Amino acid sequence: MSGIDVVVTGLGATTPLGGDVASTWDAMLAGRSGVSALTQDWAANLPVRIAAQLAVEPLEVLDRVRMRRLDRSEATALIAASQAWADAGLAGTDGVDPERLAVSMGTGIGGATTMLNQDDILEADGPRKVSAFTVPMLMPNGPAAIVGLELGARAGVHCVASACATGAEAIALGLDIIRSGRADVVLAGGTEAVIHPLPIAGFASMRAMSTRNDDPERASRPWDKQRDGFVLGEGAAALVLERAEHAAARGARVYARLAGAGITSDGFDIVQPHPEGAGFVRAVRLALADADLTGADIAHVNAHATSTPTGDMAEVTGLRTVIGDHPVLTATKSMTGHLLGAAGALEAVATILTIRDGVVPPTINLDDPEEGLLDVATGKPRHLDVRAALKNSFGFGGHNVALIFTRA
Amino acid sequence: MSSREEIVAGLAEILEEVAGVKPADVSEEKSFTEDLDVDSLSMVEVVVAAEEKFKVKIPDDQVQNLKTVGDAVTYIVANA
Repeated sequence: MSGIDVVVTGLGATTPLGGDVASTWDAMLAGRSGVSALTQDWAANLPVRIAAQLAVEPLEVLDRVRMRRLDRSEATALIAASQAWADAGLAGTDGVDPERLAVSMGTGIGGATTMLNQDDILEADGPRKVSAFTVPMLMPNGPAAIVGLELGARAGVHCVASACATGAEAIALGLDIIRSGRADVVLAGGTEAVIHPLPIAGFASMRAMSTRNDDPERASRPWDKQRDGFVLGEGAAALVLERAEHAAARGARVYARLAGAGITSDGFDIVQPHPEGAGFVRAVRLALADADLTGADIAHVNAHATSTPTGDMAEVTGLRTVIGDHPVLTATKSMTGHLLGAAGALEAVATILTIRDGVVPPTINLDDPEEGLLDVATGKPRHLDVRAALKNSFGFGGHNVALIFTRA
Repeated sequence: MSSREEIVAGLAEILEEVAGVKPADVSEEKSFTEDLDVDSLSMVEVVVAAEEKFKVKIPDDQVQNLKTVGDAVTYIVANA
């Protein structure tokens, strides 16, 4: 609408399925679960003893001294962002004016594990033993700031925080930043690393998480009648968003166009989704209008679908209203678990690769689908020519974000 | 009571752990910030670790006087 086209020129991720985008995508197409039992001592007394833990530990990628100064969510953000930067052909180049480069890297919860670990030190050994790096490690803008420092970004470094909609909203903000003329390139994404007893106990107390402790790989099962909650995942994903003319001028490879975004809030309840998905439907309508498309143009939806009893079908009802009965759906959380603030960014990566490769990754564990479900790719990857695809994300707080990617 | 050499070796261990400084680079004439690239937050961690290792109190108003490894050794010898 602003006359400025925005394209995706780089992708990065470190996830429960793999340490990079290629291995994560291969695992998604193979229908592999990243969920496993939590064997740590601290998990023994928790009601939930499963999670989707990183496939590659950050310490295998970043050196030990650097890791001392980074919260795990900062380390994953840095790894994913560095991959995306290299993937865009920008590593070691001066292809972007630093004053025209921004970062939009969000997190749902932030440095909670740092705060909790340092609180243990405070209680046991007193204030003088609390690390001098505590504050930069726990502050929610830490991941964005660490990425901004690494890339030398000088057009602004932003932390979006909208719970499980964070990753998608951070990408939408990146789109706005480029369209507004404030930057040519935005490193956008989300990160989360809170596999720790307190967040798990909190989500478990809400009865939001699966307790299928004896069968981890089958615990995340969006739209299946036997679903009993989400599985907590950790990791980060990042996209290089670029003004199309800037990308063309430097001869960059283009994955897809970020054609539009819609953001709404429910104004209904702090955690319950609106029963008719009114805010979500409005977000999709806004995104469609922004992209100058209609529901008929959307061939594929990478759904939010977290495997909770209430949320999964409300989304389908909304999709039927606003898109129609034709799109092929998938829920990659069935394999990755729910990466909270990183989920929307990781699923945006999957959506973009679906457009590039013409293939929809399967939803696993959908053994007994709910009645009234739309067409879902299951079993094996579904070959599908996708010119336009929708990625939805919702978050506690009533956040709704819809992103539309199209073939470049 | 440790010798100066032993204290330098102990500080080198701390500097490696906290800031990734190579032990071979640590000697008495080296400046923490200028020669060994120890930033201000890492210096706080070095001081806290040194207090524990050498059983000495290093008040904040003394830390600014510890420019070199040798300054720290002298302080530790005098106050441990």
